[in-house]
Amino acid sequence: MAASMLSMFRWMVWRDLLLAWRRRTDVLATLFFFIIVVSLFPLGVGPEPQLLKTIAPGVVWVAALLASMLALGRTFGDDYQDGTLEQLLLTPQPLFLIVLAKVLAQWIVSELPLVLVAPVLGMQFGLSQNTLWIMTVSLLLGTPVLSLIGSIGAALTLGLRAANVLVALLVLPLYIPVLIFGAGAIESTVNGLEPQAYLLLLGATLILALAFAPWATSAALRISVE
Amino acid sequence: MSKSRIHWYKYSAPVNFYPLAGKMIPFFTGITIVLFAIGLYISFFVAPVDFQQGHSYRIIFIHVPAAWMGMFLYVLLAIYAGIGWAFNARLASMMATAIAPTGAIFTFISLVTGSLWGKPAWGVFWVWDARMTSTLILMFLYIGFISLQSSIDDTRRADRAGAVLALVGVINVPIIYFSVQWWNTLHQGATLTARSFKMAPSMLSAMFVLMGACWMYSIAIVLARVRLIILEREREAPWATETYRFEGEIRVQRQKA
Repeated sequence: MAASMLSMFRWMVWRDLLLAWRRRTDVLATLFFFIIVVSLFPLGVGPEPQLLKTIAPGVVWVAALLASMLALGRTFGDDYQDGTLEQLLLTPQPLFLIVLAKVLAQWIVSELPLVLVAPVLGMQFGLSQNTLWIMTVSLLLGTPVLSLIGSIGAALTLGLRAANVLVALLVLPLYIPVLIFGAGAIESTVNGLEPQAYLLLLGATLILALAFAPWATSAALRISVE
Repeated sequence: MSKSRIHWYKYSAPVNFYPLAGKMIPFFTGITIVLFAIGLYISFFVAPVDFQQGHSYRIIFIHVPAAWMGMFLYVLLAIYAGIGWAFNARLASMMATAIAPTGAIFTFISLVTGSLWGKPAWGVFWVWDARMTSTLILMFLYIGFISLQSSIDDTRRADRAGAVLALVGVINVPIIYFSVQWWNTLHQGATLTARSFKMAPSMLSAMFVLMGACWMYSIAIVLARVRLIILEREREAPWATETYRFEGEIRVQRQKA
C-alpha cells in the first residue's frame, strides 16, 4: 500500500508537470506578470536608489503574492472541467496525498521560476549580494505556503462564477503573515540585522501549512465536487 | 427521566425554531433598547470629562463594544459553521450565515469610530497599529465569507464551503494578529500610550452596559435574519408557505386597522 501511495504521488506530480509543459505559455504568463509588476514600481515611485532599496522587499513579495493568485485557478480547474478530478476523488489512495502532489507540481510550475528570477530583479533594485541570498531563501520558504493556502481557496471556488476574483478575496488576507515574515527577512538584511528570526518563522508557517492545508483542501474538494 | 427533559433537539429543526425565534425577538429587542438607553445616558451625562482628551474619548463607549463584538461574532460564526458542517445541522449553518453581516458591520463600525477617535487623540485618522491592522484584516475575512457564500447557489455547498473558510480563518486569526504585532513593533514605537488613561468607574460601567446592549442587539438581529433565511430556504415546505401567507394577512389587517 505504501509503495502504491508513493507511486501515485510520483505519478500525479509527473502528470501535472507534463500537462504544464504542454501549455508552456500559461506558465510563462505568470512569470512575466511577476517581472512586469516588479518593474512597474521604479517607474511609479522614481529611480532614487535609496528609495528603491527600501521598497524592494515589499515590492518583490507583493508581486509574488499577486502572481501566485494568477496561477491558483489552474491547480484544480482543468481537472474539474474534464472530470478527472472526480475520478481522483474516487481512488483508494488518500486525497491528502493527491492534493499534496498537485500543490507540489503547481509550486514547481508557477512559483519556482519566480524564486529563480527574483535575484535578477533584486539586482535592479540595488540589493547587495547577501540580501539577494536571503531574498531567495525567504522566497523558497514562503512560496510553498502561498501554494498550500491558495489551494484551499482554489478548491472552495471550483466552478463558481467569477472564481478568480473571489479566490483573491478569500486567500489574500490569509497570505498576510507570509508577506510580513518574508518581506521582514529581506528588510532586516537591508538594514544590517539578522534575518534568522523571520526565516525561522517562515519555516514554522511552512510546516503548519504542510500539515493542515492539504487536509482543508481535501475537505473543500469533496464539498465542491459532490 | 427522559420525559422531564427539555427536547433541545426539537429546536434544531427550522420548522420549530422559526416560531421560537419569533417569540424571542421582542424580548431581546426590549432589553437592547433599555440597555442602550441606560448606557448612552451614563456615557453622555454621568461619565466625567477626560482630563487629557476632553469629550472626544466618549467614542470608546461605542468603539470598544463594537470591536469586541466584531471578534466574538467571528469566533461564534466559525463555531456555528463548524457544528453545521460536522453534524449536518442545517440550522447551525443558517445561524453562521445570519451572523456574518452583523459581525462585518460591527467590525466596520469599530474601524470608523477608531479612526474618528484617532484624529483628536493622535492627530491622524489612521495608524498602522497592530490592533487596527488586524481589525481591518478581520473585516476582509468577513467579506470573504459573505462573498463566498453568496456566489454559491447550492445552499448545501455554500454552508460547507463557508464552514471550511471560517475554520481556516479562525486558525489564522491568532497567527495574523501576532505577525502584525511583530511587524508593527519593528516599524514604529508604541503609538498607543495616549490610550492608557485610567478609567473612572462610571466610564467602565457605561462601557459594560453598552457591551450588553450590543450583545442583545446582535442576538435580536441575528434571530430576525435567520428567520428570513429559514423562510427562504424552506419555501418549498408547506409550513413555510402557510406561515408566509399567515403573516402577510396579519400585516394587511394591521394596515387596514
